Amino acid sequence: MKRFIGFIKKEFYHIFRDRRSLFILFGMPIAQIMLFGFAITNEINNVDIAILDHSKDITSQEIINKIASSKYFSIKQLIKNEAEIEAVFKKGKVKAVLIFEKDFSKNLTKENNATIQIITDATDPNTANTISNYTNSILQKYQQEINKNIKTPYQIVPKTRMVYNPELKSVFMFVPGVMTIILMLVSAMMTSISITREKELGTMEILLVSPIKPFQVIVGKVIPYVFLSIINAIVIVLLSIFIFKMPIQGSLFLLGVESVLFIITALALGILISTISATQQTAMMISLMGLMLPTILLSGFIFPIASMPLPLQVISNIIPAKWFVIILKGIMLKGVGLTFIWKETLILVVMTLFFIALSIKKYKIRLE
Amino acid sequence: MKSKNVIKVENLTKKFGDFTAVNKISFKVKTGEIFGFLGANGAGKTTAMKMLIGISIPTSGDAQVAGFDVFKNPEDIKKNIGYMSQKFALYDDLTVKENITFFGGIYGLSRKQIEEKRCLLVEELGLQDIVNELVGSLPLGWKQKISFSVALLHNPKIVFLDEPTGGVDPITRRQFWEMIYKTANNGTTVFVTTHYMDEAEYCDRVSIMVDGKIEALDTPTKLKEQFKADTMNDVFLKLARG
Repeated sequence: MKRFIGFIKKEFYHIFRDRRSLFILFGMPIAQIMLFGFAITNEINNVDIAILDHSKDITSQEIINKIASSKYFSIKQLIKNEAEIEAVFKKGKVKAVLIFEKDFSKNLTKENNATIQIITDATDPNTANTISNYTNSILQKYQQEINKNIKTPYQIVPKTRMVYNPELKSVFMFVPGVMTIILMLVSAMMTSISITREKELGTMEILLVSPIKPFQVIVGKVIPYVFLSIINAIVIVLLSIFIFKMPIQGSLFLLGVESVLFIITALALGILISTISATQQTAMMISLMGLMLPTILLSGFIFPIASMPLPLQVISNIIPAKWFVIILKGIMLKGVGLTFIWKETLILVVMTLFFIALSIKKYKIRLE
Repeated sequence: MKSKNVIKVENLTKKFGDFTAVNKISFKVKTGEIFGFLGANGAGKTTAMKMLIGISIPTSGDAQVAGFDVFKNPEDIKKNIGYMSQKFALYDDLTVKENITFFGGIYGLSRKQIEEKRCLLVEELGLQDIVNELVGSLPLGWKQKISFSVALLHNPKIVFLDEPTGGVDPITRRQFWEMIYKTANNGTTVFVTTHYMDEAEYCDRVSIMVDGKIEALDTPTKLKEQFKADTMNDVFLKLARG
């Protein structure tokens, strides 16, 4: 036991004396969560638009006021003729131009029909779509206001309710994903690198010749990373609660247990990688290409799995991160208990056992 | 004491698939002896050594190291031997002191024993100024000496040195051999592989491996007589060329 403690202590020396690994361990989680939380978002805020108002009457003015007062848009420029539209787009100053036709008020009241043209810059299709949707909804609201007194005979009123994330905050979607990536990165990549490093330096050989047992070596190398990964998970959850006001609907205990399970899955993968790679660089490349990319692309955290082509949907099933993202979303956003996520949990448990068994087998072959 | 055999090897064989890396080698090493284990690259000396230090399981044959069987008690062998690899493997990001503490620890030495050993080493090797330096910042010669001392921390019966002088300058090599003599004089058996034929002359007895077999085994003087050669280098060349 005392040997073991000495071993773990040594492992912490390695970690704390290496600035790079320290940065990956503690800088990355915070940087990533901040990036995803603040910078990378699907929402639009204060998008610059231009307005070309041919009528300049009371109605058009009212609509412009509505738009200006919404937090989504800020009116950057008022232009005077169609020729200028192209110019403002090319300068990249504005993302959309709203054009009110001539005699807007008059057309509306006399002919019950007036047109606003919305031209959006679709070099970024997502933003263009969102802008047009937001503008439409502002216009509709205004229409309802002026029609308040008039009764239309038939009307279908859709009442949408967005459950689990009513404000559609993208950060709520990113937190489970980022947590998954970081736990995967820290646990799998860092352990595989630290184990292969011993091989590369030749110290692994010295350890194998010593009375310390091979499984003690591996467990000893892994324990510090379990500890650091748990700290990371806590930091991410705290950041999301206090900075992004993310509600944790479900049980914190269950969240903790599931996180530890996923950490162990990732560590088992890390050990497996270390048994098949001889150098730190190989270990890093395998971790990045074989784990990080699929984790980011196929876990369903950025790109919905349901809209992927079938082969990719099938492949996504073998990505541990996919199941963990489902578990996290369930606990954090929906507040479900184990009864709803036991299947995903079981899958992770089975995967973990499989990876551990496989790495023990590989490890023995190496010792021969 | 001198007559007691601390390593006994009989028909030891290691096969990797169809390839026989070590082919029925037999030899004995006496307590306190400096035993040189020579051979060209790929002759099988590293594989043979790995079987003796318990990290490779022999295909057939018998071997006893420090009184324990390599098949039945590899764990007991590990407690009784020291090993230094050609990479002088120490942890570069740990200080000299931390390395000593760590390796002492994994061999099960108590804190007090480690402390005593460390003071002794600092005194003997003149480490006063560098004991708190990171090993990574030290020259190769220092690493080699410290690595050797670390392999001896737990007073092993036998110390295995795998090409211990690779890449260091002649003066340092000379000093290193002085350390080896001192160790052997204290009763520790030294089992050393080397590429340098002049170093073979320093050994009490040498064995020369060619293609997985031991082709010659005797004292350097007798080997030179046997092969009618002036130096060990010539002996080696005659053997290796067949």
